[in-house]
Amino acid sequence: MYDTVIIGAGMSGLAAGIRLAYYDRPVCIVERHTAIGGLNSFYRLNGRTHDVGLHAVTNYAAKGGRRGPLAKLLRQLRLDWEDFNLAPQRGSAIVFPGVTLRFGNDPDLLRSEIRRAFPAQTGNFERLLDELADYDQLGSPSTCRSARQAAGRLLDDPLLVEMLFCPVMCYGGARERDMDFGQFSVLFRSIFLEGLGRPADGIRTILAALGRKFRGLGGELRLGTGVRRIGISSGSADRVILEDGTELPARRILSCAGWRETLRLCGVPPDDPAPGLQGISMVESISVLGVQPQALGIDRTAVFFNDSAEFHYARPDDLVDLHLGVVCSPNNFSYDQPLAEGIVRVTALANYDRWAALDPDAYRLAKRRSYDHLAASAVRFVPDFRSAVIDTDLFTPVTIRRFTGHDGGAVYGAPEKRYDGRTHLANLFLCGADQGLVGIVGAMLSGIAIANRYLLGPE
Amino acid sequence: MTQEEIRQAVLAILADIAPDEDLGTLDPDAPFRDQLDMDSMDFLDIVLELRKRYRVQIPEQDYPALASMVSTVAYLTPLMKDLPGPPRP
Repeated sequence: MYDTVIIGAGMSGLAAGIRLAYYDRPVCIVERHTAIGGLNSFYRLNGRTHDVGLHAVTNYAAKGGRRGPLAKLLRQLRLDWEDFNLAPQRGSAIVFPGVTLRFGNDPDLLRSEIRRAFPAQTGNFERLLDELADYDQLGSPSTCRSARQAAGRLLDDPLLVEMLFCPVMCYGGARERDMDFGQFSVLFRSIFLEGLGRPADGIRTILAALGRKFRGLGGELRLGTGVRRIGISSGSADRVILEDGTELPARRILSCAGWRETLRLCGVPPDDPAPGLQGISMVESISVLGVQPQALGIDRTAVFFNDSAEFHYARPDDLVDLHLGVVCSPNNFSYDQPLAEGIVRVTALANYDRWAALDPDAYRLAKRRSYDHLAASAVRFVPDFRSAVIDTDLFTPVTIRRFTGHDGGAVYGAPEKRYDGRTHLANLFLCGADQGLVGIVGAMLSGIAIANRYLLGPE
Repeated sequence: MTQEEIRQAVLAILADIAPDEDLGTLDPDAPFRDQLDMDSMDFLDIVLELRKRYRVQIPEQDYPALASMVSTVAYLTPLMKDLPGPPRP
């Protein structure tokens, strides 16, 4: 009998697993895919490794920092800063028509940019920073209010509001147009007050550290092992039944598969999502260049762009929305050595249903066309890299759904979060994107918080 | 275990939870919270480490007793005095 079976070897499942294994609980993580990482995994193509979700780790903190989410999670997982080895970003920018705001890991850069571009908002911006509270309060009534309204009350220039929302939503907006103020504050701090970092080898560095730690503590990890359903007796979840029929008895079950996905595993058909509460999904193109991006003048880490004054973060009617997006070069972090090849990634919002409706030939064609459209969209905001491209790939909402199992390829999970991590069953819990925290650090903290709250009590 | 051994055990746990803190200058009477950069997750880990290493169970209502080194050692003494101390050289 396992103390806990964890469904999903994503960031949150691995982190929860480490906490349980460290405190000597018999724990098994089952993962359908052959690689760990979930929404933040990796894949190989043409001899290269590409990260799926990772542009950057937000919540960056330098070595030796004691405060903040990254330091907290390293302590909780008994990992060293070197295990992640994050290189800080070189610098990013938000680009709207006629206005650019640069930002980096030092918040003073953004402050000075706002003084330059929005001088009347300087004081208001400081008041906004004061309002941003601690993540521990996520899910309380004070944090479940509209972030757009809260920000709009403090900053009376709508363009500045739009520009600040752009990176926050692109790097964590699970639903259209708006988010809880609590979520906004967590994401805002993670991007603008702490910053971006990336290991030289990408997400695999972090995954290797987590996998090593988990296994080293005696945790059991079963890859290529899908779950057919969660077994329930007398109103209690008592076992996980795998696709091959094997049954894993468990005292508790922790699912990172998502709320609706978990309900399905319990044999409870979830309600249809309310209109306007669709999950957010994306396409992302990866361009491998024959030169370093800086040689082409691409020296920013991430460029968050929007081609009009208003920022419409919503599921597009078409396959892809080309009005807004992110252009990221993983090369533009302060590594010890430059990366071997130049890479440019362009991300845009996408409509899962439209992509899923395509037959295989139409799908392949749409991918090629979208690659071209994304590149053409991006070069309005970064130097033209297209003639330097030596290899490409593109992943779609369908790709994301296929590898992670999350409905609609929702990269940030369900639009409405279940902050308490509870379900209709007393010993079945949720962690990960649907519990409330997204992103790499966020997901790990979600797993840690849920494990601490519910799974580490006296046996 | 003697009270000194219990104190060393608590210090070893703190060193594990917060390896970058300077525990050499710890005031035993003052609250940990005022001297160390620790939050509620870290305090939970003190409880969990005591259980892991010494099979000591501490009910949630007793957590306030772990406020300072002096109060922690006082609280743990009846629970740990019959445990064997570390191997002597």
